[in-house]
Amino acid sequence: MSVPARAAVLLVAFVAVVAGAVFVVIHYIGGYGGTVPTVNYVPMAHNGQVNVVLQEDPQTTVSSRPDWVTYFVQDPATHKWVHTTLFSVPKNTQVNVTLYGYDGCTPLRNNFWSQVQGTIGGTVGVQQFLKGRPLGPARTTSVINGWSSCNVGHTFAIPALHLFVPVASPGPLLSANNLCGVSPGQPSCDAYAVEKFSFRTPDHTASLRWQCFIPCGGGFIDGNGGPMQTLGYMTGFMQVVD
Amino acid sequence: MAAESPAAPAAPAPQRQEPRHGLRIFAIWLVLSLAADLLIWFLLYPHLPPGDMTSSASHQQFDIAIMAVMAAPVVIFVWVYFGYALIVWRHRPGDEADGPHLTDNVRIEATWIIATSVIVLGLFVFGTVELIAPAGAGAGEGPAPIWKISGVQTTAWTPGANDILQVQVIGQQWSFTYRYPQFGGMESSQLLLPNNTPIAFHVTSLDVIHSFWAYLLGVKADANPSVDNVAYTKTKQLGQFVVRCNELCGLWHGAMFNYGRVVTPSAFNTWAMALQTREQNIGVLAALPAYSLTYDPTVVPQLGKAVIKVDGITGANGYYYPGPQAGTPGDPVSP
Repeated sequence: MSVPARAAVLLVAFVAVVAGAVFVVIHYIGGYGGTVPTVNYVPMAHNGQVNVVLQEDPQTTVSSRPDWVTYFVQDPATHKWVHTTLFSVPKNTQVNVTLYGYDGCTPLRNNFWSQVQGTIGGTVGVQQFLKGRPLGPARTTSVINGWSSCNVGHTFAIPALHLFVPVASPGPLLSANNLCGVSPGQPSCDAYAVEKFSFRTPDHTASLRWQCFIPCGGGFIDGNGGPMQTLGYMTGFMQVVD
Repeated sequence: MAAESPAAPAAPAPQRQEPRHGLRIFAIWLVLSLAADLLIWFLLYPHLPPGDMTSSASHQQFDIAIMAVMAAPVVIFVWVYFGYALIVWRHRPGDEADGPHLTDNVRIEATWIIATSVIVLGLFVFGTVELIAPAGAGAGEGPAPIWKISGVQTTAWTPGANDILQVQVIGQQWSFTYRYPQFGGMESSQLLLPNNTPIAFHVTSLDVIHSFWAYLLGVKADANPSVDNVAYTKTKQLGQFVVRCNELCGLWHGAMFNYGRVVTPSAFNTWAMALQTREQNIGVLAALPAYSLTYDPTVVPQLGKAVIKVDGITGANGYYYPGPQAGTPGDPVSP
């Protein structure tokens, strides 16, 4: 083979390798993380407080991964659900979270996460609903046992703030038969739970990771792959800004 | 024509007296090595990592200091010899003569062999002693440790009684939690330790392999599922330390860290008792599985043995924890 031909082959091989690397980067980073939008709650903060509304669902019918569990964040301006796990809140502020639990229960791998930690008062308020009707009064609790009666769908945890909150599910019976089949779920849609709690953001800006501690990535190693390791599904960031 | 008288034969050049190079090099090396070792021992040693927070950390600090004291003369010898050769034996203008041919020198060879053997064997003995003396040097020794820490094994820990405090470290994606069996098996997401106390860490995992690494404590032990990996240390100093995972364990491996503190024994006892009482009162202790050295995450005691699929538990694709790899033979997860 002549020198120019060898040079051309080398050049083509080099370009192919670079193109492959670029594809991998775009596919895995750009495709999964780069297009995830951030919901901005900062303009809605008032009197040192801000209201954040989230929901978790057993599926993601709005994405190319319909069988993945996921979180949604409600846009405070339009009240539309955004398929993301990124949101920003002001620093040194009380965050009042309303969390809709549309997914059924799954036992915690470590039932220690049944305990509510890091919220103001160390408690959460929980109420279960069926087609918009409450199934009982709202109750305040420090523990939502994920084992004994299967009441936990997922968890919402910001480890850097020592915030660990089990997210109530509709309960075993309703979980078995009445879960929403589409996402984002709506109150008119079968069974769900509503959970409310508050916590404070730090007095400095930060990018705080949050995650779910239930291994709900079915079909992946130890249940912690797939949606558990993909931004926009079961893990994300809370940006604390000025 | 007058005949030219033949030139008189030149007188032989006087033999230049070679200085005693070996003695010079030795003298320079000795002075520099002594200075370096004194500086290392008295100035550097107190500031060497990982510090003096626990017995294993201070032993590691001592080990590093000893290694530095031993290594410095070796490095200095190489540098001195190199510098001496560059200056004294450099090529000078007009000097075209060959150097003397090399011959063996039994004395130098013997010195080299003996010196290197002494250094290597000394390090072997020193390393072995330093592994045994501080009860495994803070490393995970597996479920049946050979070198155990001195202290009293008790079911209830008492401040100031030289009781060994048992702390179970549980790794899970992506956080460490800590159980204290001598306090009713209470569990915490924060690691608090009493000062001047022998500690037995029992490290395990609920999912993949993690590694419990408390650098300032001089403790590092892998967290393997279904394995009780024991590591010992004794706290010596109050303060804060960082716990990191040191085994790549998934997306948030880099974020899998938290802070721990060494506090006074009475403060620790107050904290632990208060936490135990709180967890008892709100029902967390009852919700936790009985304390065990390892846990099988597919067994939920309150739901029955060997739970793979429980009717009514239909979150996450309708199945409980997947097997090692979805789609492999025997995997209960795959539909």
